[in-house]
Amino acid sequence: MTTLPACGDVKLGLVIDLDTCVGCHACVISCKEWNTGGYGAPLSDQNAYGADTVGTFLNRIHTFEVQPEDAPAQVIHFPKSCLHCEDAPCVTVCPTGASYKRAEDGIVLVNEDDCIGCGLCAWACPYGAREMDQAEGVMKKCTLCVDRIYNENIPEEDRVPSCVRTCPAGARHFGDLGDANSDVSKLVAERGGMDLMPEQGTKPVNKYLPPRPKDVAAAGEPFNLAALAEPETKGFLGWLDKALEKI
Amino acid sequence: MPPFDEPKLDTSPKVSDEIRKTTCYMCACRCGINVHMRDNKVRYIEGNRDHPVNKGVLCAKGSAGIMQHYSPARLKKPLKRVGERGEGKFEEIEWEEALETAKSWLAPVRAKDPKKLAFFTGRDQSQSFTSWWAQLFGTPNYAAHGGFCSVNMAAAGIYTMGGAFWEFGAPDWERTKMFMIFGVAEDHDSNPIKMGLGRLKARGAKVVGVNPVRSGYNAIADEWVGITPGTDGLFILAMVHELLKAGKVDVGYLNRYTNATYLVNQDEASDEHGLFIKGEDGKPLVWDPASNSAVAFDTANVKPAMQGDFTVNGVPGKPVFELLAAKYADEKYAPEAVSERCGVSVETIKRLAAELAHTAFEEEIVVDQPWTDFRGMKHDKMIGRPVSFHAMRGISAHSNGFQTCRALHMLQILLGSVECPGGFRFKPPYPKPVEAHPPPHHTSEPGGTLDGPHLGYPRGPENLALDEDGNAKRIDKAYTWEHPMSAHGLMHMVISNAHAGDPYKIDVMMMYMANMSWNSSMNSGGVMNMLTDKDENGEYVIPKLIYSDAYSSEMVAFADLVLPDTTYLERHDCISLLDRPICEPEAAADSIRWPVVEPDRDVRGFQSVLVDLGARLGLPGLTNDDGSQKYEDYADYIMNHQRRPGVGPLSGFRGENGDQDGRGDPNPNQIQQYIDNGGFWINHIPEEALYFKPWNKAYQEWAVKIGLFDKEQPYLFQLYVEPMRKFQLGAEGKGERQPPNHLRQRIKDYFDPLPIWYEPFEQQQVSAEEFPLHALTQRPAAMYHSWGSQNAWLRQIHGQNPLYVSGEIWEEHGFKEGDWANLASTHGQITVPVVRMDALNGKTVWTWNAIGKRKGAWALKPNAPESEKGFLMNHLIHELLPPKGDGMRWANSDPITGQAAWFDLRVRIEKADGATQSLPAIPAQQSPVGEGPDHVAYGEEWS
Amino acid sequence: MHPANSVILFTTLSGLGFGMMVWLGLGLGPSGDTAGPITAFIALCFAGIGLVSSTFHLGNPQRALKAFSQWRSSWLSREGCVSVVLMTLFFVFTVLWWMGDRNMLLGIVCAALAILAIICTAMIYGQLKTVPRWSNTWTVPMFLGFAGAGGALATSAAAAMAGEAIDVSIGMALLAFSALIYIYRRSTQATTLAAAGHSPESATQLGGIGKVRLLESPHSSPNYLMKEMVFHVGRKHADKLALFATILGLFAPLFLFIVFREAGGFGLPAGLQVPGLILALILHFAGALTHRWLFFAEAEHVVGLYYGRR
Ligand SMILES: Nc1nc2c(c(=O)[nH]1)N[C@H]1C(S)=C(S)[C@@H](COP(=O)(O)OP(=O)(O)OC[C@H]3O[C@@H](n4cnc5c(=O)[nH]c(N)nc54)[C@H](O)[C@@H]3O)O[C@H]1N2
Ligand SMILES: Nc1nc2c(c(=O)[nH]1)N[C@H]1C(S)=C(S)[C@@H](COP(=O)(O)OP(=O)(O)OC[C@H]3O[C@@H](n4cnc5c(=O)[nH]c(N)nc54)[C@H](O)[C@@H]3O)O[C@H]1N2
Ligand code: SF4
Ligand code: SF4
Ligand code: SF4
Ligand code: SF4
Ligand code: SF4
Ligand SMILES: [Mo]
Repeated sequence: MTTLPACGDVKLGLVIDLDTCVGCHACVISCKEWNTGGYGAPLSDQNAYGADTVGTFLNRIHTFEVQPEDAPAQVIHFPKSCLHCEDAPCVTVCPTGASYKRAEDGIVLVNEDDCIGCGLCAWACPYGAREMDQAEGVMKKCTLCVDRIYNENIPEEDRVPSCVRTCPAGARHFGDLGDANSDVSKLVAERGGMDLMPEQGTKPVNKYLPPRPKDVAAAGEPFNLAALAEPETKGFLGWLDKALEKI
Repeated sequence: MPPFDEPKLDTSPKVSDEIRKTTCYMCACRCGINVHMRDNKVRYIEGNRDHPVNKGVLCAKGSAGIMQHYSPARLKKPLKRVGERGEGKFEEIEWEEALETAKSWLAPVRAKDPKKLAFFTGRDQSQSFTSWWAQLFGTPNYAAHGGFCSVNMAAAGIYTMGGAFWEFGAPDWERTKMFMIFGVAEDHDSNPIKMGLGRLKARGAKVVGVNPVRSGYNAIADEWVGITPGTDGLFILAMVHELLKAGKVDVGYLNRYTNATYLVNQDEASDEHGLFIKGEDGKPLVWDPASNSAVAFDTANVKPAMQGDFTVNGVPGKPVFELLAAKYADEKYAPEAVSERCGVSVETIKRLAAELAHTAFEEEIVVDQPWTDFRGMKHDKMIGRPVSFHAMRGISAHSNGFQTCRALHMLQILLGSVECPGGFRFKPPYPKPVEAHPPPHHTSEPGGTLDGPHLGYPRGPENLALDEDGNAKRIDKAYTWEHPMSAHGLMHMVISNAHAGDPYKIDVMMMYMANMSWNSSMNSGGVMNMLTDKDENGEYVIPKLIYSDAYSSEMVAFADLVLPDTTYLERHDCISLLDRPICEPEAAADSIRWPVVEPDRDVRGFQSVLVDLGARLGLPGLTNDDGSQKYEDYADYIMNHQRRPGVGPLSGFRGENGDQDGRGDPNPNQIQQYIDNGGFWINHIPEEALYFKPWNKAYQEWAVKIGLFDKEQPYLFQLYVEPMRKFQLGAEGKGERQPPNHLRQRIKDYFDPLPIWYEPFEQQQVSAEEFPLHALTQRPAAMYHSWGSQNAWLRQIHGQNPLYVSGEIWEEHGFKEGDWANLASTHGQITVPVVRMDALNGKTVWTWNAIGKRKGAWALKPNAPESEKGFLMNHLIHELLPPKGDGMRWANSDPITGQAAWFDLRVRIEKADGATQSLPAIPAQQSPVGEGPDHVAYGEEWS
Repeated sequence: MHPANSVILFTTLSGLGFGMMVWLGLGLGPSGDTAGPITAFIALCFAGIGLVSSTFHLGNPQRALKAFSQWRSSWLSREGCVSVVLMTLFFVFTVLWWMGDRNMLLGIVCAALAILAIICTAMIYGQLKTVPRWSNTWTVPMFLGFAGAGGALATSAAAAMAGEAIDVSIGMALLAFSALIYIYRRSTQATTLAAAGHSPESATQLGGIGKVRLLESPHSSPNYLMKEMVFHVGRKHADKLALFATILGLFAPLFLFIVFREAGGFGLPAGLQVPGLILALILHFAGALTHRWLFFAEAEHVVGLYYGRR
């Protein structure tokens, strides 16, 4: 059903740390390999070895350059997958009920057996989080690895999304953002986690941790060698004998 | 409204039938992987959580292993060339014919003149085996790719402190508070560095990226130093200048653990001028102020002088430290003097030096762990200087790279931050001083074996690979006066020298996994010409070429005989402590690969092929007394070969019962035990031995116990590198072996035993007006050199590469989105698409490495963007410097190690109006494997 | 947005069909026993072809029935439901008419449903906050405008063919509907992403640091999103097409309608009336298609901000 369920307390999602992501695309490929033989249709690739290859991916990394007014330009890697919005427009537009938001944990899914591949949900999503598989004609999107996080066939510590488990830099965190005491919620509070395009009113569950300030000299610290130097230095090696005595 | 029934979802679907644990091969990082098998196909590859290297994580390439393994570009059967070289026309043959052909080419060479075989391996992970094979064959002409890769880094590290960065060591990620990373895009230690950066970020430690380009690791650095390429040495020495001026160096550390105290002969007339003054037992002497006498450096309880003039047996001497301090006190190293050239402000240099000093000394850390040093002195705790460094090819791949790497190590040592808590630490079998490495070997008789390992660390001119007439003994001219300390050989010169017949012609060239006609070479177009060039008789100038690859690469097209390898999931392999192991600073470790999937083609693991071919050639060590083949295959070799008694390729599960670590008899069940253990073996270093390893008694004992060395070998860090001074003495006209006259001045200039900076060669020679820009390449994290392009998933990320142009250049030339440019060096010109980037040194352009492809290679379609729009920077880089008019061939390499100077490249740019295709467009090669399919939907059967 | 031919044809043609149904249902257009039901049947065909062609762009048309289930929340589902009911009732209306009974009550219900169907179609676009050019007050009137104008022209041409008189009020309505279309274009032209408050800075939330620009796309090869939502049409090109759509699609039909409403009006040969009105309809339809193409092509989806495009 494409009306949104009354939101439960559990809001599973990702927290992505823009200060830490090195843009390695590990999560992109890990996601693809987990999902291509997993939930629903495989993630196909058209013209796989030629020009204009179009493949289905549920997670992609953008790279932005940001130019501050009076500091060097910065490069910020920007992973993007479904944000499992609380007010998910992709769900309400779906004519078939294939798109739905789970009441128990807030995960937004597509029931591919019901999907007619009209594409409207992808139009409704502001974040570009849905991609139509060209071979199967069904809408694909991040499942938050719903087939991992509860999967009793895999060890408990591995019951996290594939992208989270693989991220070498540890820039992706998974947890319950509905629980103010969860690690992810604390991280969001501590680091000022942000919503993307808040003006769209989608209330994303996934949060982004902003990059920490860069290229700013640590203020107030005695980062001045003259100040650190022994006062009575005479000549280049004046301090040496005294220093030697001390050892 | 009726309540909505969510579809019934199976949240516990079956993942796989079985998990097989092996080692990734998509790069040299060698992470542990869990290969999930379903219906005998690979379902999913994930990182092995228990593995010391990656602790569960996996990079993009590792996860794309499925597409690599099932690549349409896989070779299927041995191939014999039927067309012209380079065309790619082959006939499939049986293995027996292939092996007999190889034997018929190689046996006469071995019998007559073994050096006429040049056997070079690329990104080889079995060098201890391939080099041994070459040694048995008797040819001096063996090396892997290290000479064009990062030998400056490796050799500078070994000569200075007994190990370098990357797989030699790592920062103490859990404790360091300030981390500076120089010239790294990706590195071999790629997952560990990312994990480490993640740890630093989680702790809020400061990361400083020194790199002309602010991408990847540098993008997340808290501070970016957008240095001008080739000037890191100056920048580092300016910080050294500042630290010394302020007295902010770790005097105690220098006094105890380095040769800062060694007395250097100051008698200019002496043949030993500039060498250490030594005692009768050959031990370097230091001045003991307490006894007012010179004593051996390792005397107990001595606190040697670090400045002053002392006379030992009539020889005037000065401690190294005084020479060092005096050298860097020079105002030419002052921040004010170097700032402009480096493109780094005076304030930044001063502040960073101060931040380093502050963090190292004001924020020192103390670990409550008593330990005993090699002089017998007991320390009740471990003092840490929590600053650490890492560097790679950005400082290494320049013609001043060796000295720059040395400068960085000197900085680390002055701060006392090597092998201490919070600093940089070695991974076993490092630290290992020069003395623990063999010198180079290069002598053999026809039909005999080489006198020892090819590649080693020369101690002085006596170790050069020269014949009686002073001619190069090796085809790559490694260990000659042109690059005396070329510890990894010069693979980039092999084809060029063999073609020129300089120093001599060869009969057979055998190569293994190196795309030498393409991205692996400088001057790719020229190299293709050399490989196809014929002499007056219509014979190829380089007569026979045997090549082993697993895929239909560009290089395959040039081979006369192709030996198709398996993929990494289909063969046995060992990542050995004899080689380049996977150890961590806290543990020794090694690992294996094993056939988790059986090959579905007529291919064989190259190492097994060498085992077979070696026996056919009757190589000792691979043949039984009765002439039969000694090892059935590589797996058999791995388990049963012994280098030294009790020491073999694998250190784990040794002894008949597999219960011995490090040393022990061969164990017939060893590989199975590795498999049962997750594909690797690990042995943790005792707590007491975790730091100060070169001087730590507990560490030395542990290392002997597990077979890293046969006896304890404590040593001091070499701020002053005596072997360099020996080469300099030769150039000054002293000693028996002296360089030819045309090389004297450069050896005098560049072999300074204390780190220096000089302008990179290409820059010295070309006009800055004509070629005002620097051109660089970087490795994309999601691609491994040329292999990635056959991967349906990865090539969607990097299917083409633009030239990134700094905002400054962009504006100057009025570029617009979608524009193309001609980029020219002294050597050639390419036409490429451009993209603006502001987070880039203003005078620099760069691109991703090895994305451009030759049409017909890698089973790609002819219209693939890799060959339409992708390009190689290599067309602009020559293996030789522009001619100086002296009739000499001067290699575009570091004068000390021969490291290829990829990043010295100078270029100029102009708009290319109307261009739509990258140039040069090399004519297509034929594909021996056809083209890949149009559609891929991997995993269909399970969904 | 990518202007997919099937969607353009579908919305335009079904709009025309629905528009005709409104007119016919309200008792306007040809009233003859033969011409009337035939015109009604043509309206059914237009709408039907449109609806069927709408399934061409579906990935899995065989499941199309499921699309009737979510009328509570989904405009697309509503459109489907309303269309089916409408088509059924209008079919009954047509058959009854053929049999001689132009049932006015049924006609009015059909007209109302047709308007509803047009609104539903419009709302599929109008609801999308992600496309500011669509999610505004004028999208529904514009769709109604096209349907109304197209319907008026088509039924008038049919009436003329049947030799029936065409009421002046239809001309007034045509003018009004054309005005709606014109107003849509004028009022939304400035509705760029930026004007609607979206920017790379808001999309990435990195504006606090500085100006944001895409440096590297996630993949060097294109993807579904880029093909579907990051269509780029040159401003000059668009303006030219818009002029064409306005002059040929709005002004010319109006002019032709005025000239040929009365057979022999303005002293022209009476035989020109039918071809004149048919020409008006054809021009209008061509204009509508062009306009609809622009409706997609000019619409910027916010996801473009993540791909360095508007
Ligand atoms: N994903 C991936 N990983 C790889 C590889 C791969 O192909 N793909 N290849 C492997 C191999 S063989 C190697 S050798 C390693 C190499 O690993 P890296 O050393 O990281 O190699 P490069 O990508 O060449 O990066 C060189 C870096 O130095 C910078 N640089 C260039 N000149 C200068 C300079 O003068 N000063 C400073 N400070 N920086 C400079 C460049 O901008 C670039 O960031 O990576 C290994 N790991
Ligand atoms: N412009 C520029 N050029 C560079 C560099 C640079 O920084 N800039 N870096 C240089 C450096 S450091 C390096 S290391 C080289 C790397 O260059 P190469 O070592 O040549 O790297 P590749 O071309 O990826 O790989 C070599 C070959 O190994 C084959 N191969 C892969 N797997 C297997 C296998 O399992 N078995 C066998 N037998 N073959 C296999 C591949 O198909 C490929 O043909 O590039 C160098 N080239
Ligand atoms: S990110 Fe897009 S697809 Fe995901 S819930 Fe939000 S609107 Fe839907
Ligand atoms: S594409 Fe599938 S999931 Fe999306 S709106 Fe259409 S039917 Fe629903
Ligand atoms: S949570 Fe799972 S499906 Fe979603 S992006 Fe990560 S790996 Fe892909
Ligand atoms: S794996 Fe982690 S670091 Fe790499 S791109 Fe994804 S989020 Fe960023
Ligand atoms: S870093 Fe990536 S490619 Fe290299 S070994 Fe590890 S997982 Fe494999
Ligand atoms: Mo390399």
